[in-house]
Amino acid sequence: MLTYTVRRILSLIPVLIGMTLIVFAIIHAIPGNPAQVILGQRATKETIAALTKQLGLEQPWYIQYFDYISALLHGDLGISLRTRGPINQEVWPYLAATMELTVVAIIIAVIIGVNAGIISAWFSKSWFDYAAMVFALVGVSMPIFWLGLMGQWVFSIELGWLPTTGRENPRDPVTSITNIYLLDTLLQGRFDQFKIVFQHLILPSAALATIPMAIIARMTRATMLEVMRSDYVRTARAKGLRMFWVVYKHSLKNAIIPVLTVIGLQTGLLLGGAILTETIFGWPGIGRYLYDAINFRDYPVIQSGILIIAAIFVLINLIVDLLYVLIDPRIKFTK
Amino acid sequence: MKNEPILQIQDLKVSFQSGKKFLPAVDGISFELREGEILGIVGESGSGKSVTSLAAMGLIPIPPGKIENGEIIFDGKDLKNISEKEWRKIRGNQISMIFQEPMTSLNPLFTIGNQLMEAIRLHTKFSKTEAIARSIELLKLVGIPRAEGILKEYPHQLSGGMRQRVMIAMAMACNPRVLIADEPTTALDVTIQAQILALMKELNQKTNTSIILITHDLGVVAEICERVIVMYAGQVVEQGDVRTILKNPQHPYTKGLLKSVPNLKEKKERLYSIPGTVPTPGSILQGCRFAARCTEVFERCRLDAPDLYNLEKDGHEVRCFLHTLKEGRDEHVGVTS
Repeated sequence: MLTYTVRRILSLIPVLIGMTLIVFAIIHAIPGNPAQVILGQRATKETIAALTKQLGLEQPWYIQYFDYISALLHGDLGISLRTRGPINQEVWPYLAATMELTVVAIIIAVIIGVNAGIISAWFSKSWFDYAAMVFALVGVSMPIFWLGLMGQWVFSIELGWLPTTGRENPRDPVTSITNIYLLDTLLQGRFDQFKIVFQHLILPSAALATIPMAIIARMTRATMLEVMRSDYVRTARAKGLRMFWVVYKHSLKNAIIPVLTVIGLQTGLLLGGAILTETIFGWPGIGRYLYDAINFRDYPVIQSGILIIAAIFVLINLIVDLLYVLIDPRIKFTK
Repeated sequence: MKNEPILQIQDLKVSFQSGKKFLPAVDGISFELREGEILGIVGESGSGKSVTSLAAMGLIPIPPGKIENGEIIFDGKDLKNISEKEWRKIRGNQISMIFQEPMTSLNPLFTIGNQLMEAIRLHTKFSKTEAIARSIELLKLVGIPRAEGILKEYPHQLSGGMRQRVMIAMAMACNPRVLIADEPTTALDVTIQAQILALMKELNQKTNTSIILITHDLGVVAEICERVIVMYAGQVVEQGDVRTILKNPQHPYTKGLLKSVPNLKEKKERLYSIPGTVPTPGSILQGCRFAARCTEVFERCRLDAPDLYNLEKDGHEVRCFLHTLKEGRDEHVGVTS
């Protein structure tokens, strides 16, 4: 297990290098003088020269890349052109907000999706199976912004149960420690705020969970159907094991690997920031942050955002790969 | 003691839904398994052997399957209408089963120990340490060396023969009264086959567990069974004592099966095979089901379906019109093909 983990982590190095090269190239993909493009038509010569110097654009590209990498290794993501602040400090609250939303959404998607898939496979061709699969089909085809708006309309405006937008009560803001508000409120023992923060999370996370949930349910059902026809499932039944354990122990463990892959990919996608959902629900996440940066042509922020999202993707895939080995002992023996 | 029947199947009919129709896979078979005996069930693929054994475990998938008729009497109790909960108390405890494919019959993601102990603790009140001790004892019983180490290993780390031994150990976990072995040696090498058969015979003698051995290989039957049932297209076509049937087969199908066993004494270019294939369930509506492939077919075979006839010899029964013709050889139509 340890050698596998080390080998798997080492194999990430070329991936990470490739990633930084691509992100680094973005600024050079701008036609003409990047400083000119960033600053716009009315920029003076001096400001352009200053920005060129700030971005290090007068150096040869390999020196620039080397500087970029060494800054990255020191945790320096550069300076935002818009706010003049260091990006590595600025980005965290947005990232934390997205992480909080994503984790809650994925938990909802996994719990409901996996179980719906299992029960559909267990009682295949039953009314539950048909209903769940119709819902799943609707779920993957539903535009998420429409679902978000409908949720707001029904639960916030008509019923008044949940807040429409934001993360917290603006009149009683959360004192942030980690910027993950569910955690922060608990750490401070503010259960009243915890409840409010949780209420703010329900609608956006439910909207965000819809598509992954549907995909996970369909995937689980398909692999479970296959596994439940296998010989070892018949053996488990022949032992006199309860159907519940046959399904949730013997079948699920065998069926979960392809599902895990899907969960990993979906988590990566959501962590990349769901711009539409974050916009509709006024959620100050990484998607919103990048969207604003793009509007302002804040290239260092765009670069950093892409890098962070890509790194998260790689990290999640690493975790998924390591989980494979924990689940299936045969994997580490095959090269 | 050997004469007490432990498991009786009476007039069992199992059908499977295909489209809108139910087609019979097993059509009115009856037999009994006596205490402590090894009973062979022989037949080609599609003759209903496996369906019969699954029915005796209550494992016929419903739907598409359906038990239309008959009784499964185990230890004096009809199992046909008992609940799933009652079935679970019997499966793996009183009647257990091993399957054809040792390579895929063990769950690849759980250790041997986990799977063995699950079988033990399901039907006993053993603590974990007792279950471990019992697992080791079982593995030794089926002739597995270094049993303690094997408990921590996964199925993919064992050979096919070893896995089948583990399957047998698992089936024997709760000292079942009946062990159903569905082609236990088909997927194994010949040398391993002989070992597994010897092991089953040994277990039968040691523990007095009755065994139903399902196979398509009459050689296997000759080796360890006492009585044999020959099945064809969902029916019993011949049954009786192994020696009687091997020496003096009465049904043309049994004769054909015996002829297709390789023989070291005779030199032949090609091994004999029965022409044609087993008819699909429900396709034969009239006459004997074997008529189309029979070398001794005559007119009556195509019109009526024969019953099982009791021959003079003890318990030897055959489903064929041939023996009813004492001097009626002239009625023969001749070879079909």
